[in-house]
Amino acid sequence: MNPRRTLATAGRVLTQIRHDPRTIVLLLVVPSLLIGLVAWIFSDTPVFDTVGPAMIALFPFIVMFLVTSITTLRERRTGTLERLLSMPLGKGDFILGYTLAFGLLAVLQSAAAVGYAVWVCGLTITGSIWLLLAVAVADAVLGTALGLLASAFARTEFQVVQFMPALVFPQILLGGIFLPRDQLPDALRAFSDWLPLSHAIDALQAVASDSQDAAYVGGKLLIIGAWIVGAVVLGSITLRRRTP
Amino acid sequence: MTLMVHRSAPAVVVRDLHARRGKQPVLHGLSLTVPRGLVVGLIGPSGCGKTTLMRSIVGVQVVQSGAVTVLGRAAGTASLRGRVGYVTQDASVYDDLTVRQNLQYFAAVLGASRDDIDRVIDATDLAPNAGQLAGSLSGGQRSRVSLAGALLGSPELLVLDEPTVGLDPVLRVELWALFHRLADSGTSLLVSSHVMDEASRCDRLLLMRQGEVLADDTPDGLLSATGTPDVEAAFLALISAHPSSDPAGREAGDS
Ligand SMILES: Nc1ncnc2c1ncn2[C@@H]1O[C@H](COP(=O)(O)OP(=O)(O)OP(=O)(O)O)[C@@H](O)[C@H]1O
Ligand SMILES: [Mg+2]
Repeated sequence: MNPRRTLATAGRVLTQIRHDPRTIVLLLVVPSLLIGLVAWIFSDTPVFDTVGPAMIALFPFIVMFLVTSITTLRERRTGTLERLLSMPLGKGDFILGYTLAFGLLAVLQSAAAVGYAVWVCGLTITGSIWLLLAVAVADAVLGTALGLLASAFARTEFQVVQFMPALVFPQILLGGIFLPRDQLPDALRAFSDWLPLSHAIDALQAVASDSQDAAYVGGKLLIIGAWIVGAVVLGSITLRRRTP
Repeated sequence: MTLMVHRSAPAVVVRDLHARRGKQPVLHGLSLTVPRGLVVGLIGPSGCGKTTLMRSIVGVQVVQSGAVTVLGRAAGTASLRGRVGYVTQDASVYDDLTVRQNLQYFAAVLGASRDDIDRVIDATDLAPNAGQLAGSLSGGQRSRVSLAGALLGSPELLVLDEPTVGLDPVLRVELWALFHRLADSGTSLLVSSHVMDEASRCDRLLLMRQGEVLADDTPDGLLSATGTPDVEAAFLALISAHPSSDPAGREAGDS
């Protein structure tokens, strides 16, 4: 691994995205619009204040997962990955470069989503808005890291779509959006404790209602961070220079 | 091959290489040598394993057995990655970057200088397109960007998989002149091609069929050995002299 090559890769990915307005819209605008839609659906009820924080976790996570895995798979299909792996680029430089580039986009995306939810949709945040933003960013980077991991495993774009149900949907179902996690059957509750999105949703809800102290949120952030590091490391290991 | 005597060690030595592409056995105990400082042509019918061989040489192909030595080291060794330039058969460039941005990124990965980017843009005649998105280039222009990327950092060995496909005759002649200039300055080149008239421009030829090397000679040596007027006829003569070992005639389990 080499910082110059990692940064060059991150810069290259950002330049590519700058030339692709549709991806910018998908990344920066679509999550906010979806949050707005949920707020609108529940406009005459108090429900949005309970599900709103979870939506800030959900949509950026899914969008980052999709965009990241499809971008890296395109790299595999067009042969640029094969070229890079025959060059002095570390596998870690590649994965980390992508994480940095999309991490930067995650900051912008989360700022847009949080700002839109709070100031346009009227989501009530009792705790610190900065802490909310920090959790939202970590959650979006988590989407990127899992997307990188999925594409290191997958061989085609279609396989990434197949990974969606396996990697993402269970996290959504068990994350406490449909039913609070402490009301889940014991086995599912225990399983959901192992899923990173559960912790992101817990943390966002805790900040929104200011029901827990900063140490609790910090602990959740640590768990999400560990998942990000784990996915990046596993993705770097899974990526193969030699293919059959 | 035994007749070749060279002062320096060869650029590439392949011994008894067995490799599968996907699930299919492609190379069946292939051996060859690419000398230094020459343009060596790799000629053979579609599907005979040229790309698989080149992927093995640059170290991105899983091989079953055999030895591939590149510039004195095992193929795929980390220290070789900056010394070997590889052009994939389909242009491998970023369509949503300009020509110059593509080369800037590859140069950053290789640690090549800014001047080097201008040098390879000129060498591949891309100056008028330098600011254009690669996705908006013609097929021949895109493949030249891919080639330019491999020239960055002046690698000691260039492995070029059909680099002149889709180019007009003028550009093709220019690129072959460039290959020979590079060889004169000490670079070793392995260039695959379908086009038989390009074969006569090579210093040496490797004729491949079904994962095996049928002949390894100079173009003139090949013509006199087969008593044929051109490389195409020589190739056909060699094929009829070596009875086919197509998969139907191959014993089960023999790869
Ligand atoms: N991506 C792939 N996955 C699976 N099998 C492949 C793949 N690419 C090629 N093959 C198979 O491997 C064999 C050798 O292919 P290879 O690409 O090495 O041939 P080639 O000599 O380069 O052909 P061409 O001149 O058409 O480029 C072919 O028979 C082909 O069917
Ligand atoms: Mg080929």
